Amino acid sequence: MSPILLQVIVGGLLLGAVYALFSSGLTLIWGMMNVVNFAHGDFVMLAMYVAFWTWAIIGGGPLLFTPLAAFALAVLGVVVYFGVVKPVMGGPMLAQMLGTFGLALFLRYSAFWAFTANFRTLPEDMIPGSFVVGGVRFEAAKVVAGIVALLLTIGLHLLLTKTRLGSRMLAVSEDRQAAMLMGIRPDRMQAIAWALAAGATGVAGALIATFFYVSPTVGETLAVIAFVVVSLGGFGSVPGALVAGLLIGVIESLSAFWIGAVYKDVLVYALFLVVLWVRPQGLFGKL
Amino acid sequence: MARFVLAVAIAIALVFPLVFSGAFYERVAALTLLYAIAASAWNLIGGYAGQVSVGHVVFFGCGAYGAAVAYSEWGLPPIAGLPLGVGAAVLLAALVGVPTLRLSGHYFTMATVALAELIRILVGNVPVLGAAVGLMGPAVPRSVWDLSFTSSLPYYYLFLAVLAGLLLFTWWMERSRMGFYLRAIKGSERAARSLGIPVGRYKLYALMLSAGFTAVAGALYLVMVGFVDPDSGVGILLSVKMLIMAALGGAGTLFGPLIGALILVPLEEISNSLLGGQGSGVTFVVYGGIILLIAVFQPGGILAMVAGWWRKS
Repeated sequence: MSPILLQVIVGGLLLGAVYALFSSGLTLIWGMMNVVNFAHGDFVMLAMYVAFWTWAIIGGGPLLFTPLAAFALAVLGVVVYFGVVKPVMGGPMLAQMLGTFGLALFLRYSAFWAFTANFRTLPEDMIPGSFVVGGVRFEAAKVVAGIVALLLTIGLHLLLTKTRLGSRMLAVSEDRQAAMLMGIRPDRMQAIAWALAAGATGVAGALIATFFYVSPTVGETLAVIAFVVVSLGGFGSVPGALVAGLLIGVIESLSAFWIGAVYKDVLVYALFLVVLWVRPQGLFGKL
Repeated sequence: MARFVLAVAIAIALVFPLVFSGAFYERVAALTLLYAIAASAWNLIGGYAGQVSVGHVVFFGCGAYGAAVAYSEWGLPPIAGLPLGVGAAVLLAALVGVPTLRLSGHYFTMATVALAELIRILVGNVPVLGAAVGLMGPAVPRSVWDLSFTSSLPYYYLFLAVLAGLLLFTWWMERSRMGFYLRAIKGSERAARSLGIPVGRYKLYALMLSAGFTAVAGALYLVMVGFVDPDSGVGILLSVKMLIMAALGGAGTLFGPLIGALILVPLEEISNSLLGGQGSGVTFVVYGGIILLIAVFQPGGILAMVAGWWRKS
């Protein structure tokens, strides 16, 4: 394999790990309560702004702004759960979708209004340096982002499957009534799910901000990528999101390399429509 | 009573631009009707069948670009591109509808988002469709068939006639077998299926009809405005407008989308003309807020709210 091709694939895998992390937030919410958060991309956008402003105002680096973004987004997640999602959950489907969709518009254009449409970027030496292994050049920022994202996604999966908290959350998603009879508080579990999902999204946003521009509409593109990853991986499956995220990252990088950067998203969206035709439950999901 | 209200509304609609003459009023009135057509078309799938599409702008774009291409490629009057646009819209509707309408509603919604993004990028890179620059209609009318008028008044009456036709069709559909099927599907898909209703097929019919009528709105848009580019023709915000107008007035009701358009289009035009270019950003903050409030407090929209008051008094 030529070193350039290897370079492209490695870049895709690192990017894919970040996709996996912010998509697992979306898939977690879906798995827990059958709600699609259409504001998910805008959560990423807000996290990116938290990172940017932390740097711009007090000069904090990734070690400061990543936890800060995670915390801010976790709080936002809980507020959104109680303020928007819980009231519409029992209602008609139109209301459920309008709820998070209205939130998406509101966040996106509030950001427009508050931060202007300017593209902003963190300085390139936020996480400085690069190194070469076997002819492949690694940029430190992307390596750090990729590895942190990978570890967090795996951690999220372990939390859901191996801990008491995870079991209780799964119990609520399986059968709310029965869980209540076992002394589990569904509201608390679902609020925690929103905090976890949004917090993970916050970390992902902060990591992306170290190598990608920030703008109010950046969430639009990222949201569609998250939809593709989640539906390819299977709704509700964190391991599915991981595999699909890596896959999408590589496909995007390869298509940018072979057919041009303009069309890389076209290929990803087309892949999404193809998946819906041939395997709607995704790689790891149940219908 | 209902008949009386309807007669008064029709009378007002017919004389309105004659009483409130002036370029600004006439333009806003014509645009209101145009958006009412698009929102009423969205209502067929989103309201009656309960399948929320966020990609309807794609069908709108088919109409607008169909009309634009008829002029730019073949020198025909733009309105001659209408069948092309409607055909393309119905075809795309089938393409996205066949796989997704078998699944639960969220799949359909997400597929429409992806379709809209996909088409927006493609249109922005295809030279025949003007790429990022866009396409123009005829600058100077060559014959009456170009439907190019300096006043907005002829458009107002043209749109009024089309809207009346669409609402009549919707009214008829509500009472037909299809109307009952769609209401059953919206109520509970599983129950509808167990009663023997071909659920997937009827949802697809609703989507194709909806797409076709939305394309008509798109072609009319080009005829009036004379210009389309990726932002105005296939930008996702236009889908949002259709959706929110229908939801605000009352999704799944005959007059809901019209009422939503009557409130939101003048609001947007006025805020744009008062705030200048900065208006549109603020407008969408307000839009988002309105959708959020409707979803949380009154999913039925204004008509359901009014009906509630009516019953109480």
